[in-house]
Amino acid sequence: MSAPVLEVRNLTRHFRGRGSAPALKAVDGVTFQIEEGSTLGVVGESGSGKTTLARLIMALDRPTAGEVIFAGHDLFAQPAAELARLRRGFQMVFQDPYGSLDPRMSVGRIIAEPLHLEPAAPRGAARRARVAEVLAEVGLAPGDAGRRPHQFSGGQRQRIAIARALISRPQLVIADEPVSALDLSVQAQVLNLLMDLRDRERLAFLFISHNLAVVEFLADRIAVMYRGRFVETGPAEEIFRHPMHPYTRLLLESEPRLEKGKRRARPAPMREDRAGDWTHACAFAPRCPHATMDCTARTPVPTALAAGHDVTCHYAGEI
Amino acid sequence: MSAALESPRRPPPALVAGGAITAAFILLALISRIWTPESPTRIHIALRLKPPLAAGLLGTDPFGRDVLSMLMAGTWTSLSTAFLAVALGLLLGVALGTAAAALRGRFEEAAMRSADVIFAFPALITAIMVTNIFGPGQATAVTAIGVFIIPVFARVARASALQIWARDYCLAARAAGKGRLAISLEHVIPNIAGTLLVQATIQLALAILIEAGLSFLGLGLPPPTPSWGRMLNDAQTFLDSAPWLAVAPGVAIALAVLGFNLLGDGLRDLFDPRRDRAP
Amino acid sequence: MSLAVENLAVHLGARALLADMSFRLENGATLGIVGESGSGKSLLALAIIGLLPEGMQAQGRVLLDGEDLLALPESALCHRRGARIGMIFQEPATALNPAMRIGEQIAEGLIWHRRIDAAAARAESLRLLDHVRMPDAQRRFAFYPHELSGGQRQRVGIAIALAPEPELLIADEPTTALDVTVESEILDLLAELVAEARMSLILISHDLGIIAGMTERCLVMYAGTRFEEGPKERILRKPLNPYTLGLLAALPERAPATGERRARRLAGIPGNVPSAGRLPPGCRFADRCAMAIAACRPVEPAWRALEPGHGVRCIRAETLL
Repeated sequence: MSAPVLEVRNLTRHFRGRGSAPALKAVDGVTFQIEEGSTLGVVGESGSGKTTLARLIMALDRPTAGEVIFAGHDLFAQPAAELARLRRGFQMVFQDPYGSLDPRMSVGRIIAEPLHLEPAAPRGAARRARVAEVLAEVGLAPGDAGRRPHQFSGGQRQRIAIARALISRPQLVIADEPVSALDLSVQAQVLNLLMDLRDRERLAFLFISHNLAVVEFLADRIAVMYRGRFVETGPAEEIFRHPMHPYTRLLLESEPRLEKGKRRARPAPMREDRAGDWTHACAFAPRCPHATMDCTARTPVPTALAAGHDVTCHYAGEI
Repeated sequence: MSAALESPRRPPPALVAGGAITAAFILLALISRIWTPESPTRIHIALRLKPPLAAGLLGTDPFGRDVLSMLMAGTWTSLSTAFLAVALGLLLGVALGTAAAALRGRFEEAAMRSADVIFAFPALITAIMVTNIFGPGQATAVTAIGVFIIPVFARVARASALQIWARDYCLAARAAGKGRLAISLEHVIPNIAGTLLVQATIQLALAILIEAGLSFLGLGLPPPTPSWGRMLNDAQTFLDSAPWLAVAPGVAIALAVLGFNLLGDGLRDLFDPRRDRAP
Repeated sequence: MSLAVENLAVHLGARALLADMSFRLENGATLGIVGESGSGKSLLALAIIGLLPEGMQAQGRVLLDGEDLLALPESALCHRRGARIGMIFQEPATALNPAMRIGEQIAEGLIWHRRIDAAAARAESLRLLDHVRMPDAQRRFAFYPHELSGGQRQRVGIAIALAPEPELLIADEPTTALDVTVESEILDLLAELVAEARMSLILISHDLGIIAGMTERCLVMYAGTRFEEGPKERILRKPLNPYTLGLLAALPERAPATGERRARRLAGIPGNVPSAGRLPPGCRFADRCAMAIAACRPVEPAWRALEPGHGVRCIRAETLL
């Protein structure tokens, strides 16, 4: 196993509540690492904090506590110039292929933007050559550099966004729901492209999605996020074959799949799920069918059930 | 998606009408710099208070000056003052507004509150104050009107810049290590330029109106430089005997204001993204 | 109740947004309509209930028990629409009045359609909220839409659609805006309510997995027309249209589970869905189709029934038999 590209330690981000409302713990003590060339899939529903997590790792937001260590450097302990140098190593692909490309810029200028991070940023012909190179890598033509984003379809725009993330030759790409805005037939093309890049360039990915099938397809390891915490992490196959956390099980049960066949009417859970202060409890307890008094009294900590398979539940392995 | 490429869209009618009127006024102002029927300042007592067509196209004033020539020269005075004032307000206001959106926090708070304070003074009162301090002249008029326009642009620029800052492409630019200034110049300002242009056009109409008001009160450019406002003032005494003296500058002011307002509305329609979807 | 759509087409000016749509829905039957964006599936729903956007024109026939809805005057249509056909939208927040308590919104429809008095309507709307399993319905009766979660708002949307006791329910992407766990609850609820009331259901979705779990029959749409229609099992197991085949192959969950993890690839469909103004001549899928031959280009393939109850628009369907 090679050295980790990314190490995240106890990462926490709270947002102040309005008035007397309790602080929103968008990310609450998350710890993990990503090895070179491997993909961590983060699965979570809306409000789980996955986008905040991505922004913290990209150093686009400052954490309340904790560290993000990229290639051995703590991002939030770096002077601005050093952080800019490090940024070449990690780039991001956003969810919305319409909002993430400046409509007034040419595709070439959009893609070349991260070159700004290089001390001797290439200009003129050298810059055009670099842009053409990444355009080819994502399956677009060099001539596309002169066109504008609105002349492309959603899938092609996402290829442009991927090209922008690749031009600085990063070791890590953070992809926040990169295919959820795309149609099924186009989504497959983009997923294949990401996979090819991962294998060819030995890119490490942090792949965020609400779609389990997509994450299962792409990730080596999976982290299930709920209310700012990782409730279960482990190898992708383990998580799908032997989900241990009740929330992971609920997710897997809920996802509509072809093989599942006809829906049986199940009693819908009547429990309320409202954001609140769950500092002294398991955040999933209000929705959990196995919850006991203990779950609302003590915060569970990650417990290793097998090598690399952690479950944050008091009853991990018992349920 | 790319309706703009598919079929040439017909420009909004307001744009055509407004564009034509403003273009005519700008042309008139430019011509007045090299040619007017008579010298607008030449006094000719023998031809005093002649009705239109009796002497010159639009008649003469109590000093026998040609009204058409004065009107043309006044167009230059009015438009140049308005353009300079709007340019001043635009430059400072946009700088202030985009900086507020980029920096947020205390700077934003301070910048916007001071804009509120300026905004609280009525334009004309501001102008009278400034003129009283510095004395009449074009620089004073431009400053007086421009200062009043700064907060308008500061607000518009800040509000639209905040929307742009919330877009993912600004996040992507930050991930590419771009600073706030670079992002403001490369992403924010180009994307709010349309909104600012619309606002500038509407402010031009307002500036023309204020300039006329100032010169009406004798706070504009000092005589003998012709201006619409003073022509209107001079005409007061002769409203019964020589109504054409009031009609000419009055119509000019109304038409110019209408023209720039129409142009603004037309540009707004043109930039409106919803136009793309209309059949 | 029986619904028959016959040769339905929708035009915007000279552009055909929807062409050659025909299908039947018997009493108590369930039909899933699946398609990518631009396939015209939502437009089809709007055309059936007579709520097409201004400027669009529908041709053909939409027969509800033999009565052509397209030929009805607006006033009569208005009644049929609410009383016999219920509609559930993707984002209930936009379908609900933000300034009106949810209980009143449900009651409003009841007073209008069932001609009952306010007190009865109130009791009935409370019963409906309970029926759609709104947690703590008694209290939430007086809530405004923004005070509810997305899933709860969709429950209100369903209650409003069910209030007049319609015979046909059309649900257009009813769970697309929801999280997967909430989606599952809403779909379970829908399935149960439809079965219980013996309603007919048209469920529109881009997600094959949802259709698979909910309906007996499946209609696949592409770029504004129907491509394949038949029994759901048949379509999902052994489709006769290369487009349906491509969609199924593009599902990440269908990626081969065996073999080296790194060697897995998805079989995507190349290219993009053409927009209504730029349809290629001949078969509108030919440019992206792996099975296309020269004969696909000159004329658009006609709809034909290959087996009883299984129709397809493809001249090469036999090769998939």
